[in-house]
Amino acid sequence: MNLQTSALRMGRFMTTVKYILLILGAFIVFFPFLWMLTTSLKTVGESISIPPTLLPEKLQWENFQNAWNMAPFPRYFGNTILIAVVGTLLTVTITIFAAYAFTVFRFRGKSLLFMVYLSTMMIPTELLLIQNYVTVTKLGLIDTYVGIILPTLASGFYTFMLREYFMQVPSSLYKAAKMDGCSNWRYLWKVMVPINRNAIATVTILCFITQWNAFVWPLMVTTSDEHRVLATGLMYFNLSASSAVNLQMAATTIVVAPMVVFYCVFRRQIVSGIARGGIKG
Amino acid sequence: MSSKRQRTLRPHRNGAAAWLYLLPSLVVITVFLIYPLFKVLRMGFYQKYVFITDTGSGFGLDALAYVLSDPVYHRALSNTCFITFVGVPITVALALGIAVMIDSIPRFKGIFQNLYFLPYVTTVYAVGTVFKWLFHSDYGYINFFFKFLGLEPQAWMTDPNLVTLSVTIFTIWNGLALKIILFLAGLQKVDKQYYQAARIDGTSRRRVFFRITLPLLSPTIWMVSMISFIHAFKTYSAVVAMFDKEAAGPGNSAITVVFYIYNMFFKKGQVHYAAAAAIVFLVIIITMTALQKIVAKKFTYYG
Repeated sequence: MNLQTSALRMGRFMTTVKYILLILGAFIVFFPFLWMLTTSLKTVGESISIPPTLLPEKLQWENFQNAWNMAPFPRYFGNTILIAVVGTLLTVTITIFAAYAFTVFRFRGKSLLFMVYLSTMMIPTELLLIQNYVTVTKLGLIDTYVGIILPTLASGFYTFMLREYFMQVPSSLYKAAKMDGCSNWRYLWKVMVPINRNAIATVTILCFITQWNAFVWPLMVTTSDEHRVLATGLMYFNLSASSAVNLQMAATTIVVAPMVVFYCVFRRQIVSGIARGGIKG
Repeated sequence: MSSKRQRTLRPHRNGAAAWLYLLPSLVVITVFLIYPLFKVLRMGFYQKYVFITDTGSGFGLDALAYVLSDPVYHRALSNTCFITFVGVPITVALALGIAVMIDSIPRFKGIFQNLYFLPYVTTVYAVGTVFKWLFHSDYGYINFFFKFLGLEPQAWMTDPNLVTLSVTIFTIWNGLALKIILFLAGLQKVDKQYYQAARIDGTSRRRVFFRITLPLLSPTIWMVSMISFIHAFKTYSAVVAMFDKEAAGPGNSAITVVFYIYNMFFKKGQVHYAAAAAIVFLVIIITMTALQKIVAKKFTYYG
């Protein structure tokens, strides 16, 4: 009996230790965001005071207005939304088609081609940017939306992921539909896509996050503010506001906030999507 | 009766339609994934390459020899190895610890998950900018905490010997979220019956962790490590965020392999050197993937 109570006490003690460690860790993870937010509301003097102060004396909301007006942020927002939405829709559509082709159809070289798709997952995209830059230049697509979106559209990884789900739909269903004279196109949109809507939603959300957060490729192929996205726009903003930390943080908050909201809305799907192996890079 | 094959029910070959569905994806993959791979492999062996006309001449190992003997590339390699082989094990260990703790607490699991996952959705560049200021020698919070703890403040962003450490710390912070998600998913798959059996047998907590949790989680640990090593080896945006696109810290001291490749291409216009560096990079990535596959086969336990 005595042994049991001491074990229980030990367990309770361990649980308390875990909570303390987790709170400490959460504080470290969260602190940069907290500092970003409070600094965005400080005066320049407060933002570079020694020793640093966490909270501003008076909230300087006009920092957001100033940052917003210093660079064409509405334009960056519009570009990011356009690129992320169009890029995601096209990627998902193209991927659904490819995954469908690899599921119900039989054709020469199918397994070999699928192997090729699988192996493209191993190619680091960093390696490809050099030639893709040359290709996009040759096509005259530098500093255009098409140039930013086009090279990102096909993904061996998403194709693989969707095919895994498509394969789970019994092939007898396809045969039955065929017997009834259902066309491939109709079968895809009336059966395959509705049955797998959860998987497709997951791919869509993950793809949207990737597109929204894209930084390196948009940075390389855009040369003017006209086609810049939030992340790359922020970089140019920081260069021009190099001494005003408070304005930089206001701009950073503007850039970070939409994704935080997005995360709050789609948290469940994001987490389960990643857990199911929805990660790349 | 049954021996008669029911040929009629079998779908006929429908190759033409399949290729139509594949076409858009195939075009993009060929033009922007497969073609550039071979093109870059070829570019690295040119002795001279003109970007504007996309023509090269000569064939040899000159570019490769140049890159391999370039001290800047050596620096890039050693920095990248530090970020990868010091940073990733720390991140994986921390993430594993946090995931195991979150998994075992009775309440507030959801809140902790949400807090720890948050950095996953934020752009590396944006949070990197925040870290740039947190690391500032004079008014950064990290030195403030150092002083608070009685430690010597450091020149995190200006001391060439420290810059890579600063980048590594940032990548550890930034990489935690994804790994915690993956470990928590892995832990959920562990059969709780093992724990019940262990509790009935009176097995100690430490023993349970090392003899049950860890072995059952080993496939996840290897999968996560594999992704993380390769991802860390590609570090670029973190350096751009904390320093600059043009120069990676004082005297390029925080340069990484990918930074070197892009810098060679965009800033110096030496395409064949950039391509040669990219080839070395590819060889390392492939070797790492292969090694990890072998190790994974040998040591992980699939229950």
